Amino acid sequence: MKANKTLGYEYIKGFWETNPVLKQVLGMCPTLAVTVSVMNGLAMALATTFVLVFSSLLISSIRKLIPNQVRIAAFIVVIATFVTIADLVMKAQFPDLSKALGPFVPLIVVNCIILGRAEAFASKNSPFRSFLDALGNGTGFLIVLVVMGGIRELIGSRTLLGYQILPNGFEPWLIMILPAGAFLTLGLLMGLANFYVDKKKRSEREELIQKYRKSQNDVEVKGQEA
Amino acid sequence: MKKVIHMIATLTIIGIVAGGLLSEVNNWAYPLIVANQKAETEKAIFLVQPNGKSYEAVKSPEIEIYKVFDENKNLVGYSLVSAGNGFQGKVKIMTGLNKDLSEIEMIEILEQVETPGLGTKITEEPFKDQFKGLQTLPQINWVKGKAPEHPNEIQTITGATISSKSVVAIINSGLQKARELKDKGAL
Repeated sequence: MKANKTLGYEYIKGFWETNPVLKQVLGMCPTLAVTVSVMNGLAMALATTFVLVFSSLLISSIRKLIPNQVRIAAFIVVIATFVTIADLVMKAQFPDLSKALGPFVPLIVVNCIILGRAEAFASKNSPFRSFLDALGNGTGFLIVLVVMGGIRELIGSRTLLGYQILPNGFEPWLIMILPAGAFLTLGLLMGLANFYVDKKKRSEREELIQKYRKSQNDVEVKGQEA
Repeated sequence: MKKVIHMIATLTIIGIVAGGLLSEVNNWAYPLIVANQKAETEKAIFLVQPNGKSYEAVKSPEIEIYKVFDENKNLVGYSLVSAGNGFQGKVKIMTGLNKDLSEIEMIEILEQVETPGLGTKITEEPFKDQFKGLQTLPQINWVKGKAPEHPNEIQTITGATISSKSVVAIINSGLQKARELKDKGAL
């Protein structure tokens, strides 16, 4: 049923068309909580993408063996396994990052993006398509988290990736690194995304109406001539 | 019936594979995690005892305290870890003390989740420097809105009074336990 969609589309759609944060509104908890800096957003998104890609791949390859009644339980076990691996690797190799992200790494288990993609896509499509879909969604998540982290870090603490960008004369807006700043940034980003989509839709509709009117005119003109 | 067996078998197999995989990863990661934690503790111990060269953990079920020695193996003081509640969550502090626990060398905030920009000022130099050379007897006190008058007083941060008071209370409670230990002769 989805065979008519190209492989490239399965990857690209996660960036914008079905962006997990802006369009599907999934995974809000980590989006709001960890984006106080670019680095945190990046690390969180990479950990989530790792889990998303591997669990989608695995779930998709064993999708025909899992009985329908226990599929959610099976998905969760698979996801939890990959999350635990990601958590242990982070603790062993990047202790500082692991500390900064705190409980949000283990909480990837219940991140809706992963179960959502497993249920909506990986359990119905071939492994390769699921892999591309997961990678695309992960990239979309990464883009939003890095942009949010960038905005909040720049205005909230004058830095980007730890390097000072704005001059000392700029008084940092503390609210941007507090939870309220997360809601403000996310709200504005979503508003911007919706504004853009609305505008595109409206211009498409107007184009269609104009085309229709033109064709009506042509018919009328032809009728009169006849 | 066949369906039930199929369901149970599937979940069991997935569980066994997942468990096996995790135990392998854990075998690899566990020593590294322990090493990271040890390195972190060591760094913190010497952070508050700049003259320290080696250390030894004191065995006590109640508190975490380390004896710190200089290059000639002479005792220079203690590094005491104490934790308690701040404004929003747990605050963990490493305190460097002299030999008879009467004076603070330095403090370092190891963990905190205070309000960014206000409570987090407890991790900044102007606040921490107040503890350098602070007398701990009979206990540390805080004053608000004026300069400290006694050698055992610090001034709280404007806008972060609760966080500042918590730091004092946490250090005091740790000191209390350390003194009890010292009275018993275990230090």
